[in-house]
Order: sequence, then structure tokens, then C-alpha cells
Amino acid sequence: MSPQPDDSNEPLVKIRGLRFYRGERAIFDGVDIDIPRRLITAIMGPSGTGKTTLLKLIGGQLRPDAGTVHVDGQDVHKLNNKDLYRLRMRMGMLFQSGALLTDISVFENVAYPLREHTRLPESIIRKLVLMKLEAVGLRGARDLMPSELSGGMARRAALARAIVLDPKMIMYDEPFTGQDPISMGVLVQLIPRLSKASRLTSIVVSHDVAETAGIADIIYVISNGKVIAGGPSEQVANSDSPWVRQFMDGLADGPVPFHFPAPPLEADILENATQPPADAGATL
Amino acid sequence: MEPLARLGRIGIASLERLGRGHLLLLHIFSGITDLITRPRLLIAQLHSVGVLSMLIITVSGLFVGMVLGLQGFYILSQFGAEETLGVMVAASLVRELGPVVTALLFAGRAGSALTAEIGLMKATEQLSGLEMMAVDPIKRILTPRFMAGLLSMPLLAAIFSAIGVIGGHFVGVGLLGVDEGAYWSQMQAKIDLHEDIYNGVIKSIVFGFVCTWIALFQGHDCVPTSEGVSRATTRTVVHSALAILCLDFVLTALMFGE
Repeated sequence: MSPQPDDSNEPLVKIRGLRFYRGERAIFDGVDIDIPRRLITAIMGPSGTGKTTLLKLIGGQLRPDAGTVHVDGQDVHKLNNKDLYRLRMRMGMLFQSGALLTDISVFENVAYPLREHTRLPESIIRKLVLMKLEAVGLRGARDLMPSELSGGMARRAALARAIVLDPKMIMYDEPFTGQDPISMGVLVQLIPRLSKASRLTSIVVSHDVAETAGIADIIYVISNGKVIAGGPSEQVANSDSPWVRQFMDGLADGPVPFHFPAPPLEADILENATQPPADAGATL
Repeated sequence: MEPLARLGRIGIASLERLGRGHLLLLHIFSGITDLITRPRLLIAQLHSVGVLSMLIITVSGLFVGMVLGLQGFYILSQFGAEETLGVMVAASLVRELGPVVTALLFAGRAGSALTAEIGLMKATEQLSGLEMMAVDPIKRILTPRFMAGLLSMPLLAAIFSAIGVIGGHFVGVGLLGVDEGAYWSQMQAKIDLHEDIYNGVIKSIVFGFVCTWIALFQGHDCVPTSEGVSRATTRTVVHSALAILCLDFVLTALMFGE
């Protein structure tokens, strides 16, 4: 299928029956997700539910064991290398660590995709880079090296790089994790602003409930490899499913047990007590 | 049953790693055409892999040559053949010590640095980031480094040998009183372009290929954690050293064996 026009109402990303295993463990066990165009879709779930894996599956960096991922009408995992790379030019991705190239300056990092994929003259590259850096508030930091940036600044610089080719879609991997309140506020403001200004489709993967729910139009909650709730954000936020409530309200115990699966405490303690303490010295 | 199963697992894992290594090598080769349009990437790597290794190569070459001068003189003088010192120094350097010691130093200096660099780029998601920017990290990052290693090694080995010959001259002629004319003319007469020099160059090209391949593969294949990177770096040096010494035997047998 060829790419669809921008104003199509078809979802930009269509995930059907997605299964993905790490060894024996099912990370995704039949997941269906639609990411509508021009909206911010949040994918939430406890740590370890494979949210980053989902982004890598959408970007074609990982292969699913079953199911399909369509981006803009194209089956990501059936594309040949050349078409996959062409598709990726229309996707931006913001990694948790920023993933800036550490041996070149902020300016060169943002200019990198332009230099790789276009033959624009230097003067235009300069203008484009400065505009994108201005959008994330880092125009003054253009000559710094990535090691001189704070975590929040690195993430913003990476954001400028992710949008420099004017992608259709941008994927944020845990954008709020490990940020101080000010950087967090900046990012909470920046994501919807960019999305509105460039009519971007945004996917935010996060477990920071308050920040993410505040900016998302659509929310999916994933747990144990399945989508347990999905829909417009108010609907999910007010859901009365105990799973969703536990996650959204941050309750310690509920359907997701506080304890990692283990035999009863009494049995464990007694078993240890009956063991001869002969090898205790050896382990010290 | 248990040890047998473990042995089988190790065997399968090694074969799998070998397969991944060869696939990576093919992928690296596929980037060579791209490299022609971006010579700057290669030049930057030639600098960090080759030029920055020159100091250690030069100093080591000098000392190895001086030791050869000393040892050679004491042995040769027992037979009254001091004037062939030049031949002995040059032949041992060009045939064996030049390629082998250079490769061992290269594995320690440049190989470990390559592994650590690639491994850290993997751990900090830089390689993944490039992929998502629609840039093939193997072609853009690994291929220039591979070509730089392949080109640098024979040059470094040549420098090592040349400096070593000068070191041998310094000790033999300068300190121990071997006749200067004999040192050079014997060397000129006895060292054969094909037999000695070409074979040495072939050795160092093979070592350059293998060392850089091992270093890049270990970096690219490492577990992306700090422990994983440190273990991969160690493996690079150990595997390279073993590969160099084993291959040196094989190559020597092929070149000089009857």
C-alpha cells in the first residue's frame, strides 16, 4: 500500500495481534493499538511492561513473533531495508537517554540528519537548525558538547534533532523520567506545543501518570502483555476497572500484587532454618 | 547428562557468535561504497586509529631494535659474524617482530579503544538513535573504523620495522662498534623484497583485518552495560592476541615452509 494523504482519517499506526517474546516470557500477548493522526497518544504501564520494546517494534528495530504493525499503511516488518529507512525518515524518536552523538556539538547533532539525508546548502542547514533549537529553547547552547548538557537539556536537544527532518510522527520514550520539576514542566509544555504547531502525531510512552494524562488525547494502559484499557484520556482516567485504578492512583497493592511471586513466607524461612549452616563461612 | 548439555550449549553459542561475526563483516563491507563519497569519515578514523597509535609503535620499535642489536651482537660475535648484524636485525623485524608486535600493540591500544567506543555507543543508545534517524550505524560508524584499521596496520608495522632497524644500528654500530658499511650493505644484499618484505606486509594486512574485525564485533555484540563493555574490551585484547599468534604460525608455515 502506498502512503496515505495527511488528512486521512485512518490511524497512522495500526497494531494488530502483536505478540513478542523474550525467551519464554511474553512481553506482548495479542496487543491491538490504533494511533490516530495529529493527536497525542499515551501508552502507559508499569515498568517492565515493554513500552520501549513497543516503540522499537513500531520503528522496525525489533521483529514481532506474530501480528502486524502498519505505519501509514505500510507493514513495517515486510518492508525491505531501503523502504524501512525511508519510512524512518518520517518518524522521529526521542530516546530516554537522548542518544546524542557524544563526539560532536549540539549544533552538529541537530544538523546530522540534514547532512545525512539532504543536500541542502550550509546556510539553509544553519537556519533550520537554529529554528529547531529555538523551538526547544537551546539556541544559546548550540556550541556546547553533549557532555556539558544537563539531562533535561540533552533531552530537549535530542528533541530538536528528532524534529529537524519534519517527521509525521514522533515517539517519546519516557520523556519525564528522571527530570527535575522545572525540566519536567518544560517538556510537559513542549510536547503538546510541538504537536499542535507541526500537526505531529505523537506517541508518549511513560509511567508518569499525572504528566502524561495531562497532555494525552488518547491513553492505552498495558499490563502483563495486554491492553487493559484504551480510549480518550478522560474515559481512561475515570475508568473503574481495578487494574486501571491501581495504576492511575498509584496504589501499592491491588490486582498487581505488591509481592513478586514467591512461596509462602513461613515455608521460605523454615526451609532456610533447617539447612545446615556448614557453607555459611564459604559464602562470606 | 548435565555437563554434556552444557558443552553443547557452549558449542552452539560459539557457532552462533561466529555466524553473527561473519554477518557483521559482510554488512561492514557493504558500507565501503558509501565511504568513497564520505572520505572525511575515513580520515578522522585513520587519525584516531593510526596516527594516535604511532607514539607507542615508534617507542616500542626503537627498543625492540636496540635489544635485537645487543642480543644479535653477542651471539654473532661468537662466530665472528658481527657484520651480518644488520641482516639479523632487519630480517627478524620485517618477517616476524614488526607485524606481530605491532599487531599486539595495536590490539591493546586501538582495538580496545574501538571496542569500548562502539560498546558505549551501543549502551547509550547512540547506535539505536542513528538507526531511527534512518542512518545505518554499521555503515556509518563501523565501516570507516574497519577500513582505518586495515590501512593503518601495515603502515604502522613498516614504521615499527624501520625504527627498529635504526635502533639496531644505534646499538650495533654506535655502541658496539660493528662496521657501519657492513651493517647496511649486508642488509641490502640479503633482505629480499619478495621473501621478506612482501611476506611481512601480507602478515600485517591479515593481522589488521583480524584485529579490527574482532574489536568491532566485540563492541557491537557486547551486553550494553558497563560490565558488558569492560568484558568485551578484555575479550578483544585476549582474542586478538591469540588470533595474531596462531595466524602468525600458520602464515609463517605457508610462506617459509618447504
